[in-house]
Amino acid sequence: MKQNRPVNLDIGTIKLPITSYVSILHRVSGVILFAAVALFLLALDSSLASAESFAALKTTLGNPVWQFVIWASLSALGYHLVLGVRHLVMDLGVGETLEGGLLSAKIAAVIAVIVIAAIAGWVFVW
Amino acid sequence: MVTSVTSFGRSGLSDWLLQRITAVIMTAYLIFVVVYFAANDVNYSAWLALNESLPMKMFSLLTILSIAIHSWIGMWGVLTDYVTVRLMGAKATALRMVFQLGMIAVSLLYVVWAIDILWGI
Repeated sequence: MKQNRPVNLDIGTIKLPITSYVSILHRVSGVILFAAVALFLLALDSSLASAESFAALKTTLGNPVWQFVIWASLSALGYHLVLGVRHLVMDLGVGETLEGGLLSAKIAAVIAVIVIAAIAGWVFVW
Repeated sequence: MVTSVTSFGRSGLSDWLLQRITAVIMTAYLIFVVVYFAANDVNYSAWLALNESLPMKMFSLLTILSIAIHSWIGMWGVLTDYVTVRLMGAKATALRMVFQLGMIAVSLLYVVWAIDILWGI
């Protein structure tokens, strides 16, 4: 294969629409989640190993630094889920047009913000 | 036909379908856990009893397997888009292979770790 084939699409010079940003964030959140699985398994292990480790986990989750880490991880999960559902809806043939894609990207972004705010309420307040 | 050797199912259609099936399984698990936490005042003995039951163990196992498959397919998409010879030069192929095989190894560790947790309680 020729190594110096011309490339016409230089992403860096193109003004991206909202659909691009929600898609890029979907990828970023997915990569973050892959690392966050380790945290979720760590928490699952502590929550089940013994009554003492369960109580220790609760104490740890009261620490503001860990609260922030948990909030960030769950926010990545919430965002990835909402934007994933958007893909599934599109797979059903809904919102496949350019206008439909732009609209669903906006709707999904708004829902994601609400979900992330709700997670903040659950982690930091409740 | 050129067959990709690092994708999960060696076929775009197979990967596409598995990405969606695993997404639905993980969503179902997440909804179940969120509803459980919302509906119950969670304490250790109740949480232990739930996770000791075989159906819940199966559901958790299915979910961690889904995570491994879903992230394999997702990471393949990300890596083959950005860690490329066009963007990074000649070393990209070797680098992408290291990342892909590394994340597959981590996925396997996650699965074994989850089995160890679930069947160790």
